[in-house]
Amino acid sequence: MREQRPKVTRVVSAEVAISSRLAEIWRSRELLGKLIATEIKVKYKNSALGLAWSMVAPAITLAIYWMIFGLVLKNSIPHFVIYLFSGMVMWNFFSTSLQTSTGVIVERAGIVKKVSFPREILVLASVGTAGVYLFFQAIVLVLFMAGLQVAPDWKLLPLLGLALVAEAFLATAFGLILSATNVYMRDTRHLIDIALQVWFFACPIVYSFWLSIRPKLAPHSLSWLYLINPMTPIILTSQRVIYAHPTVQMGDPSGGASQILPTWGWGTYCWMDAALLGVGIVLMYVAMVLFRRLEGNFAEEL
Amino acid sequence: MSDIAVSVESVSKRFRLYHERSKSLKDRFLKAGRHEYEDLWALNDVSFEVKEGETIGILGHNGSGKSTLLKCITGVLKPTSGQVVARGKMAALLELGAGFQPELSGRDNVYLNGAMMGLKRREIDAIFDEIVEFSELEPFIDNQVKFYSSGMYVRLGFAVAVNVDPDILVVDEVLAVGDERFQLKCLKRIREFQNEGRTILVVTHNAEQIKKICDRAVVLSHGQMIGEGEPSEAVYAFRESMMSESLLHDRPELVEHTRQLHIDAVRVEHPGTFSSTPLRWGDPVTISVDYTSLGRVDDVIFDLEIHHPEGTMLLCVDSYDCGAVYDIEEGAGTVSFEFPSWPLGDGAMRISAGIKSRQETQIYAWKENAGEIEAISQNRRAAALIVTAEVSSSGSAISRSR
Repeated sequence: MREQRPKVTRVVSAEVAISSRLAEIWRSRELLGKLIATEIKVKYKNSALGLAWSMVAPAITLAIYWMIFGLVLKNSIPHFVIYLFSGMVMWNFFSTSLQTSTGVIVERAGIVKKVSFPREILVLASVGTAGVYLFFQAIVLVLFMAGLQVAPDWKLLPLLGLALVAEAFLATAFGLILSATNVYMRDTRHLIDIALQVWFFACPIVYSFWLSIRPKLAPHSLSWLYLINPMTPIILTSQRVIYAHPTVQMGDPSGGASQILPTWGWGTYCWMDAALLGVGIVLMYVAMVLFRRLEGNFAEEL
Repeated sequence: MSDIAVSVESVSKRFRLYHERSKSLKDRFLKAGRHEYEDLWALNDVSFEVKEGETIGILGHNGSGKSTLLKCITGVLKPTSGQVVARGKMAALLELGAGFQPELSGRDNVYLNGAMMGLKRREIDAIFDEIVEFSELEPFIDNQVKFYSSGMYVRLGFAVAVNVDPDILVVDEVLAVGDERFQLKCLKRIREFQNEGRTILVVTHNAEQIKKICDRAVVLSHGQMIGEGEPSEAVYAFRESMMSESLLHDRPELVEHTRQLHIDAVRVEHPGTFSSTPLRWGDPVTISVDYTSLGRVDDVIFDLEIHHPEGTMLLCVDSYDCGAVYDIEEGAGTVSFEFPSWPLGDGAMRISAGIKSRQETQIYAWKENAGEIEAISQNRRAAALIVTAEVSSSGSAISRSR
């Protein structure tokens, strides 16, 4: 006879409590790591540059934006490339997460139809993979900062962590909803590509919120309209921490000092990011409930 | 209760069959709320329990809902209502190698597959060699899986599934894959599992397999459980349902008179029948099928199958192959099969008889286990089938008298 060991009881039914769902996901954490590793391994298999590609593509985008907005359109923000980069890394994490997780259930139909594991893992793996790319891009950012001798605001550094956690929650929540929706409506994928393009310019990445947007909205008390975009506070936090200079001496001929980042203090940022994390957690709960309801029929819809 | 391994509690699964299902947004908007669909209950209030250490078969024809049930048990699908409670680690031999990533090596895939079954890296390390050995893929384990043949794919999948030390093993028709030698190896492994007291669920439409390996079986037909019990009882229920199935699927005008054909009895006669001496191997035997017909049926053939009690089919013969096709008029009658010399060895065999259309597209009547035939042989060795041959020699073998 075999040795007796504690047995896990598993229940398959239409309604599974979120708590047991979370426990199941936690038990599958090994699989999550494996899937992320696989994703990266497969993507860069047989390519000479390998993981470096995850840095090349964003670097090119960065270079293009820098040339257009910095050189051609004569944006006079000093060290514009750092300003740009600090927003871009956050955005790239978010948009890559959404883009890959939207299609992930349909793409992995082979295993979704046949192997039983919490399907949320696939979305988590997409977000996790984007997180790995974020890490590599962050390395490049640090190299840039060292090269240009730009120091972050060390005091505010913990805020960056808070913003990232909030972003991860938001990305996962959106990813869950979109991936499940995409199974039933394959348009979702194409829609999200377009939506992300628009969304990108709705965030203060290639321009300054305080300098370009706020003066037009504030007189009508409409700043909230812009700030309602959950990515805005995240990007503002990242810029505040990494770029670190709310007020700068502009490089243009007038040479005056300009406010490019909000004058808010540590507390405001902290409150903003914490609130966003709260929103992220609530959204995550909603997403899980929704995902659970849609998930029951994945195997037949694919 | 602690000794129930899997408990299926009034599980129902509804599929919504849309007529021209549209997955694009345009269609959704244009036809919002005007989707025509039919509800199909792939499973309807199915309940049964599997005890720990038991091997249970789930038997059903194609489309009976057995695969859906299996998916509900493994958790790939969620039932519409009801629940499945499983205690212990479950490994499924469904669609082996489904989780493989073609770009990765066999080695990486073993780890990925193991992780999908909920194993930790350490645990996979411990059984890795065993898996490779079982799959017989040692020289190829570091090759990308996309270069594997389909047989190698399945072998690796099977090797992972059976080596992860599951408490509950779910097997779906997979014993039909791989070459014969590997099949035997798999079967042997399943036997080992049974001896170790593991719980096994086998899904198949192969009645022989059920009889061979299961302790108990559940029969599904159109999503409903129509029988549960001893394998032979279950197989009986299954065959009965198959038969009524084939009647239902016939053209309506045929159904009328097909119901009118019935097998009354199957009789066995041999020289010792009346003196109650047993049938000996080599004796002439006559097996007669008595039928009653309530109307005219043209172009029918009679069919006999002889099974070992454990389920293996030993012999089958139909009248068409023997050169006889019949038109049956109203009334009773008998069709006899005469075997000049009985070829089967020791043991009690079961006889089933059927009446079919010449093309075997319809079964008009079927009687499972309609009779029994027991033979003894003087042969020195036990075998299912015993034949004689002309034996001759050349060279230094010189024949002497027995």
